[in-house]
Amino acid sequence: MSGSSNTTGAFRIKGAGRHTPARTARFTFDGKSYTALEGDTVASALLAHGVHLLGRSFKYHRPRGILTAGPEEPNALLDVSRGAARRQPNVRATVQEVFDGAKIASQNRWPSLSFDIGALNDVVSPFFAAGFYYKTFMWPREAWHKIYEPIIRRAAGLGVAPTEDDPDHYASRYVHCDVLIAGAGVAGLTAALSAAATGQKVILVDEQPEVGGALHYDASTMIDGQNGYDWAQAAAAKLKAMPNVTVLTRTTVFGYYNHGFLGLVERVTDHVARPGRDAPRERLWQVRTKRTILATGSIERHMVFANNDRPGIMLASAARSFLNHHGVAVGKNVGVYTAHDSAYEAAFDLKRAGVSIAAIVDSRDKPGEAVLAEARKLGIDVLTGHAVVDTAGRLRVSSMTVARNGNFDRRKIKVDALIVSAGWTPSVHLFSQSRGKLKFDEAKQRFVPDIYAQNSVSIGACNGTDDLPELIDEAITAGGGSVVVSGENRFDWTGGMIGAAEGAGPETAVKAFVDFQHDVTAKDIRLAVREGMHSIEHIKRFTTNGMASDQGKLSNMHGLAIAAEMLGRPIPQVGLTTFRAPYTPVTYGTLVAHSRGDLFDPARKTPMHDLEAAAGAEFEDVGNWKRAWYFPNRGETMHEAVNRECKTVRDIGGVFDASTLGKIEVVGPDAAAFLNLLYTNAWDTLKPGKSRYGIMTREDGFIYDDGVVGRLAEDRFHVTTTTGGAPRVLHHMEDYLQTEFPHLKVWLTSTTEQWAVIAVQGPKAREIIQPFVEGLDISGEAFPHMSVAECTVMGVPARLFRMSFTGELGFEVNVPADYGADVWKAIWERAESMGACLYGTETMHVLRAEKGYIIVGQDTDGTVTPDDAGYGWAVSKKKTDFVGIRGLKRPDLVREGRKQLVGLLTKDPKEVLEEGGQIVADPNQPKPMTMLGHVTSSYWSENLGRSIAIALVAGGRARMGETLYVPMADRTIAVEVTDMVFVDKEGGRIHG
Amino acid sequence: MLLIHCPYCEEDRSELEFRWAGEAHIARPENIAAISDEEFAEFFFLRNNEKGLTYERWRHIHGCGRFFNAARDTVSDSFLMTYKAGLPKQPVPVAERFAAIAEETSVETWEQTEGDAR
Repeated sequence: MSGSSNTTGAFRIKGAGRHTPARTARFTFDGKSYTALEGDTVASALLAHGVHLLGRSFKYHRPRGILTAGPEEPNALLDVSRGAARRQPNVRATVQEVFDGAKIASQNRWPSLSFDIGALNDVVSPFFAAGFYYKTFMWPREAWHKIYEPIIRRAAGLGVAPTEDDPDHYASRYVHCDVLIAGAGVAGLTAALSAAATGQKVILVDEQPEVGGALHYDASTMIDGQNGYDWAQAAAAKLKAMPNVTVLTRTTVFGYYNHGFLGLVERVTDHVARPGRDAPRERLWQVRTKRTILATGSIERHMVFANNDRPGIMLASAARSFLNHHGVAVGKNVGVYTAHDSAYEAAFDLKRAGVSIAAIVDSRDKPGEAVLAEARKLGIDVLTGHAVVDTAGRLRVSSMTVARNGNFDRRKIKVDALIVSAGWTPSVHLFSQSRGKLKFDEAKQRFVPDIYAQNSVSIGACNGTDDLPELIDEAITAGGGSVVVSGENRFDWTGGMIGAAEGAGPETAVKAFVDFQHDVTAKDIRLAVREGMHSIEHIKRFTTNGMASDQGKLSNMHGLAIAAEMLGRPIPQVGLTTFRAPYTPVTYGTLVAHSRGDLFDPARKTPMHDLEAAAGAEFEDVGNWKRAWYFPNRGETMHEAVNRECKTVRDIGGVFDASTLGKIEVVGPDAAAFLNLLYTNAWDTLKPGKSRYGIMTREDGFIYDDGVVGRLAEDRFHVTTTTGGAPRVLHHMEDYLQTEFPHLKVWLTSTTEQWAVIAVQGPKAREIIQPFVEGLDISGEAFPHMSVAECTVMGVPARLFRMSFTGELGFEVNVPADYGADVWKAIWERAESMGACLYGTETMHVLRAEKGYIIVGQDTDGTVTPDDAGYGWAVSKKKTDFVGIRGLKRPDLVREGRKQLVGLLTKDPKEVLEEGGQIVADPNQPKPMTMLGHVTSSYWSENLGRSIAIALVAGGRARMGETLYVPMADRTIAVEVTDMVFVDKEGGRIHG
Repeated sequence: MLLIHCPYCEEDRSELEFRWAGEAHIARPENIAAISDEEFAEFFFLRNNEKGLTYERWRHIHGCGRFFNAARDTVSDSFLMTYKAGLPKQPVPVAERFAAIAEETSVETWEQTEGDAR
């Protein structure tokens, strides 16, 4: 290797790697400046400078380094930023590409990475075994939230989330294709070439910056007579040039959902030093594909042995990637510990690059003959049937302790890096997400795809296909086209193991890590079994094995094998935990995309919204609607404003925006017959020009919605619904019309947003609107309460209702939405001059409660019948059918003692009850008390100078005059049961 | 996200455009006012909730607005067919396999995961 110091790192190997030496980028790590090559990952750039210590572990704060060279990395999680708001915690150093100006910091350490106070946890680690927290911090209960949890959370942490708003933007895209191929290694590229040749629309996706997959590290594979990696780039270039192919790199297929629907995240600018202002940071692709080809490869496993987590210990394939792709040696004197032939090739590559190989320690007695012969040829010491039983080195591995299997003689071998391999785990995550069923391959100790649930196929390493020519055949077949690709491996690989290695068995107490990110050791898994966890799902939750953000890509198989051994059951019987989306963490920004801020939830505004805002209205959300809540004068509190509005409406008049009420036009020769079936009331008796309050029940007999229905003509009704109920009422009506009563000739149209509705209420209501109404006599005689007519208002075609939700003389002026603001302005101008007021929903609520008018969904809750609500009169006794007719006859709905709506008056008139307050007959009865019902509406009534309330009370109407009690936390409130009408009991005002 | 064929639009559209509307082929009794409590319970409350082949109603609410019927496999979530409202229950060609699915226990259930050791 090159001994000369190089600005891009002393561990750069001249002539190795695929980056251009002249193209450099500068970044800082924990404040110190480094130079990297463009194309480096943060991991390769730091390794080039001999930096192996990158973080502290989650629980024990043990020094940790880089374990892998890919997205499966559990250890090397860093904080990457380009400014305070553009700071991302828990970024995998092996995935993040270096960009010029990056500020990178280690996490979970204090005061510094090399001296971390939290590492005391490691010394006292016997106390921190699996389940420790559950068992220890039980008492006192109060202390958990206040003391234990905050301290534990601070000590056992990963990164810290930024507190600023995310200034980046994210894009979202939908796309359809014939074939989606996940993974662009040899298998994926070959399948893409094959599928593309058929003319199908193909999307090829790979998470790395370049295609190639395993060819990044595997420098000995030849395809079509050339170096595999070069072949891959040429194949990608060819595919990109085809109009029917899309190649997406830096893009992860993170979820495989139903019916060929896949979620992809494309990282657009995270690797760019100075991203364009218009470029999104990430892009979400929502792909619907007819067929999916899974070519997701496999992931190398680590060996589970004592102290296997020191910085400098990493996967053999990772070391090979750093060397062959990035041109970086992971050490100068490297040890190898393996149970699989693949690690030998890493040793060969390193040796040829000038790195000395301390020894290959192979747990097997018989490694593959070809690799063994090559090792001898290169003069590498191979110890077969041996194990690494321990390592040393505080902040980086300095030696490995080696023993012959079953022998107690140990010897230390000095190393500055130790590369390991226990074999390969097929990446079946996406297959499993698609609800495919796996089977266990006993010979090779791995799970492979078995039964497919969707139109997909797995090819290559993720399908357990190891042989290269066979893999290529599989890929060509999967693609469905005819192409010729030929490839050969230098060595066929054998071997592999799962579970704890020699020296880390059940008889030992060593720390042999299974899950690096959650600090789970082999011992923890055994403890879980001993403590009675026999299901793999319980073992997982007790130990948290595989529950970190890497989802156990390295640890699941080891954990399973250790548990199976303890349980004495074969692996397939213990079973694998289910893989869930996302495959790797996805930022919230990507999933949310544009749906944030004002676009998070659409706001529905009435045509008069701006005028109301200008008049000083406070708004409240009702569903998506913004409704004027109250109109405070300068300096008024809400309470003062509502009191003033309530009094003014009853004394003079008020103007109210009722546009949000749902409106459905019911038209057709059978319109009356249809409404007869949908409402409890009778509609055939309603004359054109009249309107009626209607109640709608479901088949079960409970109130579903209510509203005033006006008959404009024999075959035309103007139906109003509650504001929140409009969509479901229309859905409910359509359901019956289309499926139960399709013989009826009726047409339903939502007209909610077509009409602006201006309610004018109060003694002077007629006087206020009189000058604007044309072509209609609105005198009390000609246009009595509950009349409806079409006319013009200020020359605008209008529907005028004489109706009231306040108990006062009232009109509702319906004009086309576009004219709403102008008509509102004119009416309000006149109303104001006469001393009337604008009022909002709060006043509307008080005024209707003063009259005992219910609000469906507030005074009713889906278990209230019309009779319970005191509206038994609205249920027709003559009709032979309507929705709810049978439900209303159910024994429980006609029994005595049902909860009924009644009025409540507090003995102390100043006391306003809390809505939801429970009602009891005897406040001194032992607990739990028998509860008779609850308060549904409660207000201060300025008109009465006292509080009023509506409540559901068992047998309520038979309790008139009774004293009941509402127990509160600090006192008990005595109330008297009354009827629900508090103002104008005779109802004279409404006819004024 | 499911992909659903609307038999009125004759198009495969995303689940976003549809709303599920309960089990299909439950007719509202013509003489509903006269039926017994048991018959009403059967009609209104009781549903089969079958594993495997299920007939259910969907509405293309953000499309043509029509209600229609669908035969769906609740194990794989795949739609076997959709057909217009009012048509009788349609036979599904692969119905035989559903007897087998109902027997099969390899589906991930609460009992098998969380519930196993309780």
